Amino acid sequence: MFRFITSRFLQSLLALFLVISATFFMVRFVPGGPFTAEKAVTPEILRNLEAHYGLDQPLWRQYLDYLGSLARADLGPSFKYPNRTVNEIIADKLPASAELGAISLGIALLVGITLGTFAAVRRNTWIDYTASSFGMMGISIPTFVVGPLLVLAFAIHLGWFNASGWYYPEDRVLPALVLGLAYAAPISRLTRGGMLEVLHQDFIRTARAKGASEFRVVTRHALRGGLLPVVAYLGPATAGILTGSFVIETIFQIPGIGREFVNSAFNRDYTLVLGTVILYASLIMALNLIVDIVQAWMNPKVRLEG
Amino acid sequence: MARPHRPVLPLLLSLALLSHGCSRQEPAATRVDANGDARQVLLAGNGGEVQDLDPQTVTGVPEHKVIMALFEGLVTEDPKDLHPVPGLAESWEISPDGRVYTFRLRANARWSDGEPITAEDLVQSFRRIISPSLASEYAYLVYNFVAGAKEYYEGRLQDITQVGFAALDARTFLVTLENPTPFLLKIMASHYSWWPVPVRVISRHGPVDQRRTAWTRAGNLVGSGPFILKEWLPHRRIVVARNPHYWDAATVRLDEIHFFPTEDISTEERMFRTGQLHLTNELPNTKIDTYRKEFPEALRIDPYLGVYFYRCNVARPPLDDRRVRKALALAIDRESLVRNVTRGGQQPAYAITPPGTVGYTPRAQLTGDLAEARRLLAEAGFPDGRGFPTVELLYNTSENHRAIAEAIQQMWRRNLGVEISLLNQEWKVYLDSQHTKNFTLQRGGWIADYLDPHVFLEIWESTSGNNDTNWAHPEYDRLLHAALAAPSEEERYEIYQQMEAILVEELPIIPIYHYMRVRAISPAVKGYYPTLLDNHPYKHVWIEN
Repeated sequence: MFRFITSRFLQSLLALFLVISATFFMVRFVPGGPFTAEKAVTPEILRNLEAHYGLDQPLWRQYLDYLGSLARADLGPSFKYPNRTVNEIIADKLPASAELGAISLGIALLVGITLGTFAAVRRNTWIDYTASSFGMMGISIPTFVVGPLLVLAFAIHLGWFNASGWYYPEDRVLPALVLGLAYAAPISRLTRGGMLEVLHQDFIRTARAKGASEFRVVTRHALRGGLLPVVAYLGPATAGILTGSFVIETIFQIPGIGREFVNSAFNRDYTLVLGTVILYASLIMALNLIVDIVQAWMNPKVRLEG
Repeated sequence: MARPHRPVLPLLLSLALLSHGCSRQEPAATRVDANGDARQVLLAGNGGEVQDLDPQTVTGVPEHKVIMALFEGLVTEDPKDLHPVPGLAESWEISPDGRVYTFRLRANARWSDGEPITAEDLVQSFRRIISPSLASEYAYLVYNFVAGAKEYYEGRLQDITQVGFAALDARTFLVTLENPTPFLLKIMASHYSWWPVPVRVISRHGPVDQRRTAWTRAGNLVGSGPFILKEWLPHRRIVVARNPHYWDAATVRLDEIHFFPTEDISTEERMFRTGQLHLTNELPNTKIDTYRKEFPEALRIDPYLGVYFYRCNVARPPLDDRRVRKALALAIDRESLVRNVTRGGQQPAYAITPPGTVGYTPRAQLTGDLAEARRLLAEAGFPDGRGFPTVELLYNTSENHRAIAEAIQQMWRRNLGVEISLLNQEWKVYLDSQHTKNFTLQRGGWIADYLDPHVFLEIWESTSGNNDTNWAHPEYDRLLHAALAAPSEEERYEIYQQMEAILVEELPIIPIYHYMRVRAISPAVKGYYPTLLDNHPYKHVWIEN
């Protein structure tokens, strides 16, 4: 176990380094820069700007400088927001995304696993059809349609919520519902698939033969194996949901990191692009590691090896 | 648009969901509703998130809207037509040669921390914006006009005291210009690059001539305008509150303004409908007809000083031929375009400068019918469009630009037999293509920074960094400089008429329409007059309950 984690950690570190290097050079080769504007600045002003941010140095030098500051956990200044550092922006924006993500994930797991389990247990009944239609709809209707529809119904017509914002506790309800249901849909399908497979296996038949109640068969015996596909999916999904959704954050004006992730690329805010990529990559790697450990615990056939 | 009371159930539900972390998110300012709140708090959609609030380092419109509340220039804008009126200076004199401006500061002009604003403060402030290490993007709006400033910025002059800013005594401030600049007061009133900043305060937060210091954060920022910065939650809101030290505090009627960073215009419109905003920054085109029918009292369409055009790369065939450019320009049915496609009340453009730009309306107009267009095209060697190469039209990715491009593509196909292809690029890629002149035909737009026709004519000077057409016309360049030296405004405008005539004849750019500003605004908001720059001096705005 310890060897497994150490070796995976070292692998992740190498992967992270490659991701950082690739991103660093890729954003530089995209046309346009942080100071490209409709009203062009004069050449002498541009020179001073580039000197201020060290962009007048050769690229390899900038790359080494960046790695140097990374080693000191300094993600550098933002180009777009001159009086904020990338560290500050992430510290400021991540909590909102993570909070929304955590609530949404709770909704997604609760709704998704419940529906998926019922659908599998009551296979080919109206319950299954209802749950499966929900799954299909949730996957195929994008959040930028569901979001404004919920706002129209609950904010504009009923007046229960604000149309957007992140000021008061009730402002969390609509975005968390939209995001949660979007993730509930694939979870319910994965749960149904996983459960169907498990419910046909011998140990379930044995449990039933021993007279265990259906409830006990499902919760104590089937779920553990049936949820394996969900757990595999949850690694990257959790990283995605915690680091924010560009669409949801834009529709609901949520001050989250998801918007920075996309907008920084549009703004050519080189350091903020890198900062958000590093955050996202580290989270994915960490969560995948956790998923592997959890899977080994859930499925005795899996062995952790370095 | 009345709003029912909030029922308790969803509130409880959400409280239960979120029993943790709520106090951290709860903002300092209290809850306000745009409908029926008794206090004078204006809730305004502000477009994007502001970059910063330092008037000497920002560039955008959202920044301008907040900075207008926090800072004021020596002269400021009249609320109805934006002409320069006394601001921090109570009076000024202009020397007979138009090169020396002497400003008399108000005795009660104070920074928002209560310290008096002195002539020496102004000298320090203007020296800051022209310091190369600050790398202010708008520094050229100062150093292009002030004596010695450009030499200083470019390092050819070392002694800053040689630059044309001087304090004669505590209340007398002098600006000496390189050339008479007839529109200087208009720039000073409307553009924040000319508004003083408190160098004494900035120096407490780091080097004065460096960007990226913390002086603009809430609690640190000291300004000179009718409001002070109370709260700045990035991507949430900016709250400004009445400044008791403002020289004209008695005129200010609003207690607070809350600026909301509304990046998504559909979301902004929904916020307006639920009473989260008194006014929006924009309104989606698709909503205009609905508002006309359902809430006409909340729909505002005001002229906005800008021009939408197609930029020709005159170094590339077939647009190197003036006759081709003119044929294309004549074959656009602008009336139909603004009526059916843009639909926001835009004015068809037959010249570059919008008509009625502070007393100037271009006489030269693009005239000619389709027969003329076809004749010109045939003369250029493309009768009925035969042999015309496929020209690529570049625009930045956006539904609106695409709709306009498709309509014009169809007009040219039908009227001239000419085929163009459409290419869209992401904003910065598109700008890069523009500035490196890597296009044949490109959508462009220009919005005035201050109220003068000069804004629209200076860009086509051959050396201008925003020309980007490869078009160079020595006579045009000569006239531009002659205009600046013209002894009176009438004579200056007369020179502009000649320049406009050259543009309409040469057409390095094809004018399409003049902008309008479309927004939703609560009828309770008063003193928010239609102005050509969409500037609305907040001290004259109030809410009628």
